[in-house]
Amino acid sequence: MDVIFGFVGDKFAVVVSDTMAVQQIIINKDDEDKTLELDSHKLMAMSGPKGDCVYFGEYIQANMKLYELRNGMKLSTHAASSYTRNQLAESLRKGPYQVNLLLAGYDADVDEASLYFMDYLASCQKVNSGGHGYGGMFCLSLFDKHWKPRMTREEAGDLVDKCIAEVRTRLVTAPTKYHVKIVDKDGTHTTLYDCVEKAAQKARDEGK
Amino acid sequence: MAALKLDYSVLDAPQRATDRIEADCAREIHGDVHAQNFKLPMVENYDEFQREVVDYVKPNHGTTTLGFIFEHGVVIAVDSRASQGPYISSQTVKKVIEINPYLLGTMAGGAADCQFWQRNLGIQCRLHELENGKRISVAGASKLLANTLYGYRGQGLSMGTMVAGWDLKGPGLYYVDSDGTRLKGQRFSVGSGSLFAYGVLDQGYRWDLSVEEACELGRRAIYHATFRDAFSGGTISVYHVNENGWTKVSGTDVGELHFEYYPADPVENPEGGKGAGGGKDKDAAGDAMES
Repeated sequence: MDVIFGFVGDKFAVVVSDTMAVQQIIINKDDEDKTLELDSHKLMAMSGPKGDCVYFGEYIQANMKLYELRNGMKLSTHAASSYTRNQLAESLRKGPYQVNLLLAGYDADVDEASLYFMDYLASCQKVNSGGHGYGGMFCLSLFDKHWKPRMTREEAGDLVDKCIAEVRTRLVTAPTKYHVKIVDKDGTHTTLYDCVEKAAQKARDEGK
Repeated sequence: MAALKLDYSVLDAPQRATDRIEADCAREIHGDVHAQNFKLPMVENYDEFQREVVDYVKPNHGTTTLGFIFEHGVVIAVDSRASQGPYISSQTVKKVIEINPYLLGTMAGGAADCQFWQRNLGIQCRLHELENGKRISVAGASKLLANTLYGYRGQGLSMGTMVAGWDLKGPGLYYVDSDGTRLKGQRFSVGSGSLFAYGVLDQGYRWDLSVEEACELGRRAIYHATFRDAFSGGTISVYHVNENGWTKVSGTDVGELHFEYYPADPVENPEGGKGAGGGKDKDAAGDAMES
């Protein structure tokens, strides 16, 4: 049960994914990266069977690199989403890739960031905020209430805090660690969001 | 005079591109789909055939294997029991597959699948060595295996393996299974007894274990898994991998190991042996549960 959500802010987009690699009831790993950097200014967060995610992600990544080498220019975020959707749609009828994903990117020509929501049935929607799985559902209502256009970094950080706090209080199998990735004009930035460490930090601050 | 071979293909009925693609696809279903020429059975209904055939060759399930990276390399420990349903079919299975002097694979799930595909991986690694003049990395080797398994996903393979070894980057440990999952990690345990093994392993693990301590931790974790898991048992094999390649450290019968850990007390129980109830702390735990 992967927790994946994301939203757009003012000239940047945020994608959050948990770091647990779970098999039935066993946590195999707690530092897994579920968000792939497709190119310098694109992020793709994926949920679904591990193998499918890795192989589909690497396939898209490689083909986008090939496009770049052949044509000397990168795909725009919109074009990348169309390409990805098309690949999902083509594989849907022949043993589908069961990959749900969020695609976030920054386009220098329009100086805007955008976010696309896709599921394994190959529906694709340009959204301001979105999430996958049960974890994502808890976040959707929070986005409806708190998301607004042109959010600053600080507001975005607070919204991420709210979402993770909600997931942590209501989801049975809530993970403790997340990767928060931001894409903006300078490329992609990753920070590790460790709830246990944050709580300890908070306790230390209050103790002072 | 050699006969001129004329190209009459212009006379053929026009063929739609889609027909050709369909024909290619059909050929692919009946022909080889993998570079290793692994043939699929030529049957109309593959799924039905497989359901039927699984009854004849039941895969061996039930295993405990573990591996972890620490300061002085990698330790791999496995049990040696194979079962077919409720029947223990062997107590002397070699579950560590020695791919080459620097790479080890472990076996959980279908014994035949693991043996066949890890032997196949050995071939691919050797070819890599001959082509590139240097040993394959652990990451590379595990990816080769994952590629193979992902190519056969949904076709009934059953494997949960760890690929461990030493390369230019130092020690490496990867978990690869038949869903196509491939994870890099410090500590893994695979098989029906893995939950029990994790319990001991996670508690006792430290980065700065000595080689002896690490081997003992691996052995102890597998021992406790064989104690609780009916499908694990036999002998415990422990391997250690360092920059000079792997060495087999020990192979110990779990029965003997049990009395080494929990010696029978002749004063308390003159008949000898405490039976399967086991050692002192086990009894204490049992008493607590009964009261």
